[in-house]
Amino acid sequence: MDFDWSVVWAAVPNLIDGTLMTVKITLWGLVGGFILGALAGVARAYGHWALSGVAQVYIGIIRGTPIVVQVMFIYFALPLLVKGMRIDAEVAAIITLMINSGAYIAEIVRGALLSVHKGLREAGEAMGLPFRKILLHIIGPVALRRMIPPLGNQCIISLKDSSLFIVIGVAELTRQGQEIMASNFRAVEIWTAVALVYLVLTGLMALGLRFAEKRMRIL
Amino acid sequence: MSMVEFRNVTKRFGASTVLNGISLDIQAGEVVVVVGPSGSGKSTFLRCINVLEAIDGGDLVVDGQSVRGDAARVRAIRREAGMVFQQFNLFPQMTAIENVMFGPIHTRGLPRRTAREEAEALLAKVGLAERMNHYPSELSGGQQQRVAIARALAIKPKLMLFDEPTSALDPELRHEVLKVMRDLAEEGMTMVVVTHEMEFARRVGSRLLFIDGGEVAHDGPPAELLANPPSQRLRDFLQHVA
Repeated sequence: MDFDWSVVWAAVPNLIDGTLMTVKITLWGLVGGFILGALAGVARAYGHWALSGVAQVYIGIIRGTPIVVQVMFIYFALPLLVKGMRIDAEVAAIITLMINSGAYIAEIVRGALLSVHKGLREAGEAMGLPFRKILLHIIGPVALRRMIPPLGNQCIISLKDSSLFIVIGVAELTRQGQEIMASNFRAVEIWTAVALVYLVLTGLMALGLRFAEKRMRIL
Repeated sequence: MSMVEFRNVTKRFGASTVLNGISLDIQAGEVVVVVGPSGSGKSTFLRCINVLEAIDGGDLVVDGQSVRGDAARVRAIRREAGMVFQQFNLFPQMTAIENVMFGPIHTRGLPRRTAREEAEALLAKVGLAERMNHYPSELSGGQQQRVAIARALAIKPKLMLFDEPTSALDPELRHEVLKVMRDLAEEGMTMVVVTHEMEFARRVGSRLLFIDGGEVAHDGPPAELLANPPSQRLRDFLQHVA
């Protein structure tokens, strides 16, 4: 069969819409995921046992269930459980990505914090610094550098996971591809174009990651 | 008033007793050298002074404040006692001068400018003025340890604690660290030094503690104890480190 470029050109406006939605979901999802992950990771590494327990349960539930089930639960089940609650597909997608990436980021944060040599903490303690300052100024910056490679990995995984939100009908890139194909049946052209857009997005992330690693020496 | 007062201090790790009822006073200006076989409790003895280890029994008073006080009291004690570690423990993400400036900025709230001036003077004092913008990974072990001494001095402690400061260094790098420590002793700094450097103990120490099995077996002038060891245990120990 021939690869018909005109099909791709015709689909460009819809693909751009889908790309923007994918970027939006991924971006907000990761911003929330970073915050949640940092909190849960610190709680797991240093928190009071109750706080650490809550974080552990959260991580266990999210890591133990598929992301498709999570988004279905939030979009379809939650409004039935909570009276009067309405949730829009885009919001459900962002929230799902937040709590999903947050759980994995928490483990990345915990691992990096615990990998920092305990002598650095003692050096800070021996100066008479409170633990809050030791974490913020000594352990945190060293751990952050070690987190860059796994965090970059998680960003790329989350971007690609957003394609699974097709199941709740949010108009992200994969969903757009599916809809265009349903109207013109040009699977080869459309899925090639969609794959290329994902490749460009993940490629940009990988570039950003490499830049961050160069800027900050990993210690 | 003594700088450090051990009052029947005990410390246990699980079932094993590491410090078994130690009582002694350290006066301002003393250079106390602590020696003993590995596992004897000498590092723990030192680490109890700035509360890196909590004591289990008795009391320990540093510069008038008990180590059994609340977190704020403990931090106050730590600001009076500078600590130098066997593994240096410099902050790897900071240059030499940033390491030295860090304590004054964050514990004494010094403005950066003043902290930098003080840090420059301290690094010059330990002979590292021209290395101040290097990261720890770019410095030799001896240089790192001298930065660590400057960093501990920067919080203006009344007391300096050294935990085997030369044990991680190659023999030819030890003397540069020992020289800085000797200069410090000559300026009148109160020092407690856990070490295997018998020459340092003899020449610089004003008092030698031989700790064995969690107890202070001997406590006296270094030259005398080293020349005429009063016990077989100390004789055996000296033979092993010599």
